[in-house]
Amino acid sequence: MNIHEYQGKQIFREAGVPVPEGYPAFTVDEAVSVAEKIGTLPVMVKAQIHAGGRGKGGGVKIARSIEEVREHAQNILGMNLITHQTGPGGKLVQRLLVESASNIASEFYAGIVLDRSLSKFCFMVSTEGGMEIEKVAEETPERIFKVWIEPGADLEPFQARQLAFALGMEGTQIRSAVKTFMNLWNVFRDKDCSLMEINPLIVTVENEVIAVDAKINFDGNALYKHSDIAEMQDLTEEEPSEVEAKKYNLNYIKLDGTVGCMVNGAGLAMGTMDIIKLYGGEPANFLDVGGVANAETVAHGFEIILSDPNVNAILINIFGGIVRCDRVAQGVIDAMGKIEVNVPVVVRLEGTNAKAARQLFADSPLEFIVANSLEDAAEKVVKASKGEI
Amino acid sequence: MSILVNNDTRLVVQGITGKEGAFHTAQMVEYGTKVVAGVTPGKGGQKDANDIPIFNTVAEAVKETNANTSIIFVPPPFAGDACLEAIDSGVSLVICITEGIPAKDMVPVKDALNRTGVRMIGPNCPGIITPGEAKIGIMPGFIHKPKGNVGVISRSGTLTYEAVHQLTVRGIGQTTCIGIGGDPIIGTTFLDLLKLFGDDPATEGLVMIGEIGGSAEEEAAQWIVENNYDKPVVAFIAGQTAPPGRRMGHAGAIISGGKGTAADKMAALEKAGIHVCKSPADIGATMEKALKL
Repeated sequence: MNIHEYQGKQIFREAGVPVPEGYPAFTVDEAVSVAEKIGTLPVMVKAQIHAGGRGKGGGVKIARSIEEVREHAQNILGMNLITHQTGPGGKLVQRLLVESASNIASEFYAGIVLDRSLSKFCFMVSTEGGMEIEKVAEETPERIFKVWIEPGADLEPFQARQLAFALGMEGTQIRSAVKTFMNLWNVFRDKDCSLMEINPLIVTVENEVIAVDAKINFDGNALYKHSDIAEMQDLTEEEPSEVEAKKYNLNYIKLDGTVGCMVNGAGLAMGTMDIIKLYGGEPANFLDVGGVANAETVAHGFEIILSDPNVNAILINIFGGIVRCDRVAQGVIDAMGKIEVNVPVVVRLEGTNAKAARQLFADSPLEFIVANSLEDAAEKVVKASKGEI
Repeated sequence: MSILVNNDTRLVVQGITGKEGAFHTAQMVEYGTKVVAGVTPGKGGQKDANDIPIFNTVAEAVKETNANTSIIFVPPPFAGDACLEAIDSGVSLVICITEGIPAKDMVPVKDALNRTGVRMIGPNCPGIITPGEAKIGIMPGFIHKPKGNVGVISRSGTLTYEAVHQLTVRGIGQTTCIGIGGDPIIGTTFLDLLKLFGDDPATEGLVMIGEIGGSAEEEAAQWIVENNYDKPVVAFIAGQTAPPGRRMGHAGAIISGGKGTAADKMAALEKAGIHVCKSPADIGATMEKALKL
């Protein structure tokens, strides 16, 4: 789960990580009164969306007067911000962060991630603040310094010092940086984060270490422990159909194609998308209906797939194991009796009781295109999507 | 022959009285798996529907029944602890089916595995089966063909069944099939199992089903090259059409920072001389050909 920068900074502030003074604003007037509350100029007016690259897209501006705050807030609020992370459609800006601008002397990168190869969390820093860290890792990996947190242990003070020295910090900066790194790790640990990035972490001309950025992702599997974090979720940042799917425990991700798919199991769902593409179609979604593919889940699946106007054919691919194909087939037939499905539906059921399932489809007055194999299913649904059958 | 589980496997089921645990215990018993004990804290001394004795702790179950393998059907908030209990109990193999365990809970589990040498399959996996001998998991037993010559290793569930089905309909049996799990931290990787299958004389070929996220497939490919692995490997990578930055159902299936794409994995595997299928429908046919080479 993602949160906004201003929410991340609120968490940092509470944990003793220095951040600039700032507050969220939902209207132009609020932005102005926030700037007045801060009391010093200049301030930054920053678009709050769940994507990076906001500055390049015109979503981050410096305001040297209250008039400029008003002007920037007017321009940014309501704009459709397009960055390299939003996709070509962009994202509507509905919230701002107004915060005091810092006198930057130097910029760094700090991040905490799970190192999957070692199954340990890794704290990394880089002197290349403000740059995309993936690019730094690719081109100048020697400029990234890493320490690993031992299982059952914490970021140790000596490791935090190593990080500070690796960034070339000196004098009082070292103590501030060590304290900041320790506190960042505490947040990561206590809140079950899956990713934390501060890019840039700065040293000011006044020698302070400040996080002027805060990107935090949380482990969705651990949200049950953190109701305060779960409440921070901004549902307007999510695809509405994906939010709807979650209510029914369906794992749905909307894509740009035209062939809807409903599959049991995440791996098979990805494989089904892949084979649709191989046969010349474009998948419209990822949808894993999980282990219980009954009439109710199938009906919700149909509704969610069909809420996408681009969908012109649907493939149902179920490999019955513990879940019996005849039950799934009955579920599909019942669901199609309940809701209007106005696009061709190709069904491929394999595994437990597959024969009985095929018979149910054959006996049903509803129209199905029954496929005998995975290839057959992909071929048929792509043809149906192109209006060829 | 087979790896890890066989007729000598004596299974203890952690969470045997839960809905999932009870259902799959019955299924495993029906398949012929020797389920010797169950564990539900507080229900020690009782018996389950199949007359299997229930214990309060895994250590007690191991002591009383000589169980050597544990399977875990414990809800996510308690599953990390259940793994640690199993590792501490004296069994040599742990299979964790539970999906949705926080990554932070898995770090100490992985550390305990490294320290003790106990092997774990999963979490977030369908389990492991040696067809005709022992089914330790939630996979449908009947799609498998016993006494075969192909091993299957997969990060997926139903996609594994799909691959096994394709083998079975071609008359290709399996030695052992393992779902290693879809989480970012898992007990046993492709690489570990390639080694074990390498030492199993009955296994003549391997199916490897990977997916986007992480670098486990690339690490396996590199090991295959460095060790002149001589058994043919057929691979499929799911998620060729997956968008970056999105978790595709499995917690570990995500392309992040441009890393972990299907294209990169397929290229690394091909470079290692592995037969890479573009289509998930070609796994069985490709293995059939590879075995004849």
